[in-house]
Amino acid sequence: MKVGVFVCHCGSNIEATVDTAAVAAAAREFPGVVFATDTMYTCSEPGQDEIVNAIKEHNLGGIVVASCTPRMHEQTFRRTVERAGLNKYLFEMANIREHVSWIGKDREANTNKSVDLVRMATEKLLRNRPLYSKKFDINKRVLVIGGGVAGIQAALDCADGGLEVVMVEKTSTIGGKMAKLDKTFPTVDCSSCILGPRMVDVAQHPNITLYAYSEIEEINGYVGNFEIKVKKKATYVNWDSCTGCGICMEKCPSKKATDYFNEGIGKTTAINIPFPQAIPKKAKIDPDFCTKLTKGKCGVCAKVCPSGCIDYEMQDEFVTEKVGAIVTATGYDLFDWSVYGEYGAGRYPDVITGLQYERMLSASGPTGGHIKRPSDGKEPKNIVFIQCVGSRDKSVGRPYCTGFCCMYTAKQAILTKDHLPDSQSYVFYMDIRAVGKLYDEFTRRAMEEYDTKYIRGRVSMIYPKGEKLLVRGADTLMGSQVEVDADLVVLAVGAEASAGASELAEKLRISYDSYGFYMEGHPKLKPVETNTAGVYLAGACQGPKDIPSSVAQGSAAAAKVLGLFSKDQLESDPQVSIVDIKRCIGCGKCIQTCPFGAIKEMEFRGMVKADVIETICQGCGICTSTCPQGAIQLQHSTDNQILSEVNALCQF
Amino acid sequence: MPVLTGKELRIVGFLCNWCSYGGADTAGIGRFNQPTDLRIIKVPCSGRIDPLFVVKALMNGADGVLVSGCHPRDCHYAEGNFYARRRLEIMHNFLPIIGYEPERFEYTWVSASEGQRWQQVVTSFTEQIHKLGPAPKILGPEASDTLSLMQAAL
Repeated sequence: MKVGVFVCHCGSNIEATVDTAAVAAAAREFPGVVFATDTMYTCSEPGQDEIVNAIKEHNLGGIVVASCTPRMHEQTFRRTVERAGLNKYLFEMANIREHVSWIGKDREANTNKSVDLVRMATEKLLRNRPLYSKKFDINKRVLVIGGGVAGIQAALDCADGGLEVVMVEKTSTIGGKMAKLDKTFPTVDCSSCILGPRMVDVAQHPNITLYAYSEIEEINGYVGNFEIKVKKKATYVNWDSCTGCGICMEKCPSKKATDYFNEGIGKTTAINIPFPQAIPKKAKIDPDFCTKLTKGKCGVCAKVCPSGCIDYEMQDEFVTEKVGAIVTATGYDLFDWSVYGEYGAGRYPDVITGLQYERMLSASGPTGGHIKRPSDGKEPKNIVFIQCVGSRDKSVGRPYCTGFCCMYTAKQAILTKDHLPDSQSYVFYMDIRAVGKLYDEFTRRAMEEYDTKYIRGRVSMIYPKGEKLLVRGADTLMGSQVEVDADLVVLAVGAEASAGASELAEKLRISYDSYGFYMEGHPKLKPVETNTAGVYLAGACQGPKDIPSSVAQGSAAAAKVLGLFSKDQLESDPQVSIVDIKRCIGCGKCIQTCPFGAIKEMEFRGMVKADVIETICQGCGICTSTCPQGAIQLQHSTDNQILSEVNALCQF
Repeated sequence: MPVLTGKELRIVGFLCNWCSYGGADTAGIGRFNQPTDLRIIKVPCSGRIDPLFVVKALMNGADGVLVSGCHPRDCHYAEGNFYARRRLEIMHNFLPIIGYEPERFEYTWVSASEGQRWQQVVTSFTEQIHKLGPAPKILGPEASDTLSLMQAAL
């Protein structure tokens, strides 16, 4: 094989710390290399044309590009060599940017290392064989995990595009965090008026199947053909006949159940419908508080239910759904702010979170839209908002900015003035981050038109003083200490990955960062894809996001799914294992170790042999390192190819 | 071009495509400085690594071998890293028998987001190898016999 080598400058990204011309010169001496050059931007159009021309001019049989990581441009260059008439697997990349030029400044060592990496790639390339894809059928249904605003958007867009959608929601209603909000910034329009109709659309859309109060138990399969096991948690109410009339809620004697929807402001009944606009509007029993389930006494709801749908014996149920793609929209949860001792660590009832305040402002909330101190029910006069609680704070392990708290605090300050014209709001902030259309104008309005006092500084201490709370902090612009007698303190608590996000990631086989947020395929070019084919991200599960961004990403994920399903068949990755029938002794070890059941026994002239089902094989190569005979080889990562790389490195 | 004499030792890394190779990329994107000794070979999964790859690298002249995969329970292929852990753990115990300090080999788990952790892993492993110095080169007829036996096994 005649090999061509292209060493990329990547502008100054590589050239600054690697002598690319020297790397190209060294490459010319390698066995098989007939052409080597350094180029400014190999991935640009002239750069790619140079590769195509060199293949034609020098009759090259394979190409090595030394540039960035293959995760970035392997696909790009595979298409380039294909354009020149070569098989796309007659191409190798040497990663001399992320693994060399960006991690050290020693030009001599970097150049030397780059030469090694190019030699390795060349040796591997010399053992590459052309590979050809197979086509396989796909199941054009999509699973959406999470029924918040991002999931709703993705589900509706997919359903409107003609796809069958399965939506799985953990709680007993869809709507997510947005359903809990009173108003939205910067338009101050009613949250449930925007979201409510979309939730109804989900319930009524003929293409959407909704599993509320359900969780993902198991995910098997691969892009185009996933098999999902959904756990429908026991609601103790037969949802087929429940009409959502709410009589059970009126009569239930157990009125001290935790109200999760209202963020613990107020209590609810053991059998409950979370809020009036819930979708599906069905009751469920909280087994921790139901006296029939805990003590065996009561049964009032069963007596009053007009449609007889209470079933105290109900068990969790499992259903299996087959889909071709998955959109993950599991959202976020609030940081546990009780680590902050200076804010009382949860000891003072009048220190609440922004989301609790939101429920208090909401007309359908537990206080009917009246702002009341949780401790004595009185109207507050001085209200202090504290920003960046569990955001931008290394000391509690949350160094990132949640991004939307500045805005919702400004909104809450405006709403406070609307509700209580005599009140005075104070906002302790670090910086105002109002990046977005009409956002900065909005925070300005809070300061100028609504007379909110913005104080740049942190709060060092909150402690009770009579009925009030004394908030002591610094004003770093004035260089002075500030003390405010507050009636109510609202903390802008930052977002973190939703509870159970990492367990779900393990089932989906996608990566997550140290805070539990899911990793996108590429921070810029693949913001909704993951590195697992057929799994897409929407909303705050990928990182904290406000409503417009979550909706945008929901639509983007739907567009990706619709694009994927625009073909009737997908091409399989040909980097799969094949069995050398002459060497296979039929021991069956590969069949036992394959995690996907992609290898089966077959009979060949009366002997047992292994046989790989190409469309199921995912190309992990566990079989290859298990086979005692070396008979089953993962193509494109054969023993010979990997050992040739080892030899290229260890020959001196 | 060999390693830079006096400056570098030869360290070979086998990294899984999905987690650790991505982690090394993340370290690069974050510009986390690292020693230059390590050369990375990408494999689809740590379960793809035949322990003999490691032995072969050492016998051919590597001074250290580092394997890294996805965290347990986080494998892109569900269970590949569990196979890797069993195989490599056994191989690790076997290294002194063929004349290598077990410290010349290490396996670890680094996810695609853990750029900083990757920097720490590379830095401390490289320091460890530099402390040990160059690996004993196995010379003589016994070595080539062993090598040919290994080649036959592969």
